[in-house]
Parts: sequence; structure tokens; C-alpha cells
Amino acid sequence: MTTLYVLIYLSLAVALAASIVRAVRYARLPLNLRWELYPVPHEDAAHAGHGGSYFEDLDWWTRPRHRSIAGEAKAMAAEILFLRAMYEHNRRLWLFSYPFHLGLYILIATAVAAAAAAIVSPQFSALSLMGAAGCVLVILGTTGLLVNRVRDPKLRSYSAPADYCNLVFFLTAAGLLFYTKIAPGPGLIDTARALLTFDTAFNMPALQAAAMAISALLIAYIPLTHMSHFIGKYFTYHAIRWADEPASAIHALDRRLAEYLGYKPTWSAPHIAGDGATAWLEIVSRNPSEEQSK
Amino acid sequence: MSRLSPRDMARTDAAPLTDLAGEELMPLPTPLDSAAAGPSWHPLPAHTIAGCECGLDNTCAVNVPRPKSRAEEDDLVRRFLSGLDKLFSRENNWTFLKPLILTMEHCTRCQTCSDACHIFEASGGQELYRPTFRSEVLRRLYYKHVRGGGLLSAFQHGDIQLNWPLVARLIELSYRCNLCRRCAQVCPIGADNGLVAHELRKLFSQEMGIAPKELHASGSMLQLKTGSSTGMNAAVARDNVSFIDEDTAERTGLTIETPWDVEGADVLLLHNAGEIMAWPENPGAFATILTAAGIKWTLSSELAGYDAINYGLWYDDAQFARVALKHAEIARKLKVKKIVIGECGHAHKALSIIADRILTGDLAIPRESSMTLLRDIVVNGRLRLDPLRNHFPVTLHDPCNMVRLMGIVEPQREILRAICPGFREMEPHGVDNYCCGGGSGFAIMSGNNFADWRFQISGRKKLSQILTAFADCLSPETPKYVCAPCSNCKGQIRDLLAYYDLWETHRILYGGIAELIVNAMSDVRPGFIEWEWR
Repeated sequence: MTTLYVLIYLSLAVALAASIVRAVRYARLPLNLRWELYPVPHEDAAHAGHGGSYFEDLDWWTRPRHRSIAGEAKAMAAEILFLRAMYEHNRRLWLFSYPFHLGLYILIATAVAAAAAAIVSPQFSALSLMGAAGCVLVILGTTGLLVNRVRDPKLRSYSAPADYCNLVFFLTAAGLLFYTKIAPGPGLIDTARALLTFDTAFNMPALQAAAMAISALLIAYIPLTHMSHFIGKYFTYHAIRWADEPASAIHALDRRLAEYLGYKPTWSAPHIAGDGATAWLEIVSRNPSEEQSK
Repeated sequence: MSRLSPRDMARTDAAPLTDLAGEELMPLPTPLDSAAAGPSWHPLPAHTIAGCECGLDNTCAVNVPRPKSRAEEDDLVRRFLSGLDKLFSRENNWTFLKPLILTMEHCTRCQTCSDACHIFEASGGQELYRPTFRSEVLRRLYYKHVRGGGLLSAFQHGDIQLNWPLVARLIELSYRCNLCRRCAQVCPIGADNGLVAHELRKLFSQEMGIAPKELHASGSMLQLKTGSSTGMNAAVARDNVSFIDEDTAERTGLTIETPWDVEGADVLLLHNAGEIMAWPENPGAFATILTAAGIKWTLSSELAGYDAINYGLWYDDAQFARVALKHAEIARKLKVKKIVIGECGHAHKALSIIADRILTGDLAIPRESSMTLLRDIVVNGRLRLDPLRNHFPVTLHDPCNMVRLMGIVEPQREILRAICPGFREMEPHGVDNYCCGGGSGFAIMSGNNFADWRFQISGRKKLSQILTAFADCLSPETPKYVCAPCSNCKGQIRDLLAYYDLWETHRILYGGIAELIVNAMSDVRPGFIEWEWR
């Protein structure tokens, strides 16, 4: 059991560390030029309904900005809880992707609830049902996604071997976890308690141990791949698509811009002639047409 | 024939990957619903096929010369690799590194974006034009050549061979996207395939010096040399505007005198200089409206001050920044209260959005859309208007740069609702609009047979929308007006209507929004819109 516990804790640590490293890496990338895309849900009520922006107002820079936190929260909730963009624009895939994601949410909630129950209350009979439901949804969703990826040429042509393996990985983990729910063995809360207390005397069937080991490895693996879009999406939405703050409202923009304009590019085309010694600001302050006609 | 895959980009045979002439394109509505409707595709000229890289499809936008030797090919591939590294480096590409990396690392290839792309749809679903196709090529190159590659990487992300045919095709393929970002709008992850085309164009221009001549040599370079991509220097621009003033005064019965270089003016108006050359009635209409509304405004005769265009937006960050800085510097010197951008979508986005984070300090002159100012003038009764003068069917095209990418949706509609009783929307419209097919520079690109591609593929969806919007009044007895408040869109729609002969056969005209306002002004002689093809 010790090996299993170590593997589980190690996997959680790897997942956490990999997620942090990825998030920090994205956060540290330079502030890009504005690249928003409308509708932006935190625009105020006068604009948000038709996808408009503060640019619709005469002398917009003289008016106070009203940012709708509720509007943004509503859009985020719809996207996170219901995968709204996929529902609206790719319903066929949503039919499988949604159960898959919903199943994962339920499994995460089950694991958290089991850990909490192990600490505060020994009885919580709905947990097993929740876990089983989560597994069934993941199995159904993953199977559908896998069949789609194999059968649909537009998905198959763009798939790498890992795309199939990833789905098989999920299917195996969910399948084994489901088996442990219906097969005789220790309950979820007892297992959680054993894990939390590092109870090496705790016994579980080999298949349950395998299910936990594979699930732990999967948890560690996800943040190392493109499947970490729960991190990527934060940045694509909040730092790019919805990042409509005017420059005057951006914290320490001048300091950051000074750093960027001091970078010394090495682009080789003649109209840039980046030699690695000339700063970006100097390069864009030159007029290559004048140099050409000299 | 087997389905095209990103790996096919490296094919070494000379045949194009896709032959559109033999394909079934998206059907068009009445009156172009028969298979024979519309002109047939012109073949590529023999000299282009002989001398340029044409291995992608039936057309050639960039005219990349064919390398003369294997050594030259290898050198070009080496330069491409060098550019690829720079595209993903902080020092060279701080401007768009974050969105680019996020797109590279998080696309799930779910293909949700495909149905949103007007080019993919219009082509009848050609794999080559699927928004993820070019992104997948770049993604595989990124993992293989920037992130280290190896067997594990190929297993995780897929493999691709890098050779000169792939690079040559990728150059062309980066000019088969309008950068309208409709694909990005529907992406559940927030990945941006339009950005990928933009970044590829940058790599080719900034590292390899490769860009369509219409955008670079005859575009941004000419603007930085003479002041305008039309080739007009300041003296010619002033002469032309003076002529426009005379003509407008004659047509309107009002006294019109465009002010130049007025220090301390409330408004510095930036027109796309293409308006002065091709559609003089538009600057004439602006002069009429601003004068009648009592606004203290000016044009600038400084280098680039009389041309709002900024083609660098589409292909080159350095060229973009140079022009944006010039525009802001001119406004600063003139001490104007704000810059108002005329009917030019990409100039709107360039100066208001993309340049926002580099125009700080005393260059942070407020920038405003002419749609907003015109709306204020119209709805607040600053002009006497008679909507019955515009009693003909009008539909509105939403320029992507102004609408989806800036959120300026309603002001132009408020104007049209106030002055055009026959206004009807296209479907879809607003932020869900489709590109006119001329976006990202295509409207000014017609080399070889690229115009056929523009009108049969990239403009097809817009054409379909226009015809559907006027389905109840297609008869030539009813003159109809497509309002396109953007020079590039207007140019594309003009060429599209001409290509399918829709003015001659169905009296569908196009124009800006300012012309409609002047046409409705009670103090102006009737008939400002002349219903003549131009």
C-alpha cells in the first residue's frame, strides 16, 4: 500500500507543480498587443447585448467604464459548466464531450467529498452512486470521442497517436474505477481515510489498487499535455479575447513597454535589419523607404 | 483521391494540392443559382507557373520565385527555420507571443472552427482551407523544430517533414485567410487560427522579406515613402481634395472647403486615401456633414497623415508600428483633441486597438470611430434630414475589423434606421457577420488569377448574403444599395458585384454610410447618390 500511497501523493504533486509551472510560464509571457474579440461579456448592459464595446460611445475616454462582473461570471459559468461554445457550434461533438467533462467534474467532486467525509463524517451513502455516475459519463463520453476520432476523417487526419492513447487512458481509468464501484471491496470513504492517514495496513483488491494507480498517473499526466486547457482557457479568454482594457487602465504599462521596446530583435529582412544590437523602438522609428532611396 | 493531410504540404510533385476549378463550390442563391452562373476560372499564366511557386491551389498570390538550385532551396529552408525560432522568441515577437503559444499548445483539433470559416464553406469544404490545416502544419513544426522534437514529440503532436515545397506552400497558404477571426470566435478553447495566418505572414516578411507586393512594396513602403499607398504625395492629395470640394459644392449647393493642418482642431479626420482616388464622394460627404454640423476639423498633409491605411496590420509588426507612430505623432503635433477614423475598417482596428498599448505618454491621443461621431450628428438633430430621400432597399455590411474585432456594432445601425426606411439586415450580422472576402489585403490583390479566387471563393459567402438580403427586390427596376462603411470592403464588394454583373442585371450598387447621410440632407440638392456604376 505504501507504494500506492506514494504514487498517488506524488502524482498529485506533479499535477499541481506542472499546472503551476504552465500557468506561470503563460503569465510571464510579455503583454501582447490588444487582440480582443467581441462579444466581450463584461461590457456594460448598454453594449453587451449586441456584442458592442465602449468604442460605441462618443468621447468614450471621458466616460466612466462600467465593467459587468456578473456578465463575465455568467459567460464563464456557461462555458465551464455546460461547454456553451461547443454546444452552440459543434453540437455533435458536444454530445460526447459534455458527458465526458461532466463525468470528470463529478469524479473530482466525489473525490473531494470522500476526503471531506473521511475527516468529518463517516456516513455519506450517495458518494458511491456519484462516483459510479461520474465513471459512466466518462466512459460514455470517451467512447463517443474515440469512435468519432477514429471514424470521422476530419478528426482522424489531424490526430496524433497520443490523441487516441489519451482517450484510451481515460477509458481505462474510468472503466477500472467503475468496476471498483460495483465489485466488493472497501468503500470510498474508508479508502479516502486510509489514504489520508497513510494506513499501510489497509487492504484493497488488486483491481482497485490498479484503478487508483492509473487514475493517479492520469492526473499527473493531464497538465503535461494540451489537455490542460483548464489553464490555457483562462489566458485565452481573460488575457486575450476579453482583454479590452484601454492602455490607460493597464497596470505598469509604461514600465513593461519600456522593457519590450528595449528588446533587440534579429529579424533579417532588409526593412527591419535587426542586428541584435538595435532596439525595437529604434527600428520602428526608422523609415526604411528613406534608407532605400539614399 | 485520398483526403489531404497536413503532411501533403511537403509533397515534392509540382501539381497543386487542390484543383478548385473542378470542385463543387457552395451554391449561390437566385439569380446565380445555376451551375453556369458567373465567369469561369482563368488559368494561371504560363510565365507564373514557370517562374513561381504555384503548388498550392489554382492561384498564386505572393509570386515567390522558384529557387534555381537545391542549394538555394536549402538556404530558404534554413532562413525559414531561423524565422520560426524568432517567431517564438520573446525579443523578436513580444507583440503576439502569448496568443500564439496558447494557440499552438491548446488546440484540440475538434474542428469546431471549420463551419465558421466562409472560405472553407464557400470552397465546398476543401481540406486545404480548413482553418486548422495551416495551424496544424505550424504546430507540428513548432513542436519538432522549436520545442526539441524527437520521437515522443512526434507521438504526442504528430510529425511533419520540412522541405522547400512545404515552405513555399505555406507562404501561399498564409494568404488564403482573411484574418476575420470568425473561427476564433467560435473556438471553445480560445485558440486562434486567424492569428496563425497573421504570424506566418510576419515570419515570411520579417525574416525572409517575402510578402505580396501590393501589401509591402506598393503598400506600406510606398506609404512611408510618398505618404500614401496610392502613390499620392501631399501636394497631389491637396489638389485632389480641392477638386472634390468643388465637385461636392456643385452637387450639394453648399460651400465646401476642406481644412488642412489646422492646429488645435477638435478632430483630425483620417481617411483611407483610396477614398480620395476611387470614391471621391465619400470624403466629399464627410466634408459636407462635418461642415454642416459645425465641427472644427482638419485633414493633415504630413507624410501618411492623409492616408489612414496601415497594411502592416496584416503582415508585418515593424511596418505596422511605423505607420501607427506616424499617425499619432501627426495628431500630437497638430494638438487636436481626437483622431476620427473615416470609413476604413482596418485603420480603425490598427490605430484604436492594436496600437493602443504602444501609443502611450503624449502619443496617447484619443481615437474614435467616424461611426460614433456620425451617429451623434444624425440622432441628435445636428442636420436636417429627410429619410424619404433614401427610399430604396439598403443592407449593411459589417466590416470585421470594426465590428467583431472592435465592438462597433450599433452606431451605424442607428444611423441607417434613422435615414433609410428600406434598411434590412443581412443574415447573420453584427459580430457574427461574414468577411467580405477582401479582408487582410485581398481587396487590393489581383495578380495572376487571384481575383477569381477572391470572387469565387473568399467573397462567395458575402455575395450570397447580399443576394439573400435583396431576395424580395432583385428586379432591376428597384435600385438597391449595399452600405459598406470600409474602403477595403467597399472595393471588394464593388469588384464582386462587377464580376457577377449585378449592377447591370439587378441594379445593386454599393457605397459608404456618409453618402447616405448627405443624400438624406434636406439642405442639400436631391440626388447626391447618382446611381451610376463606378
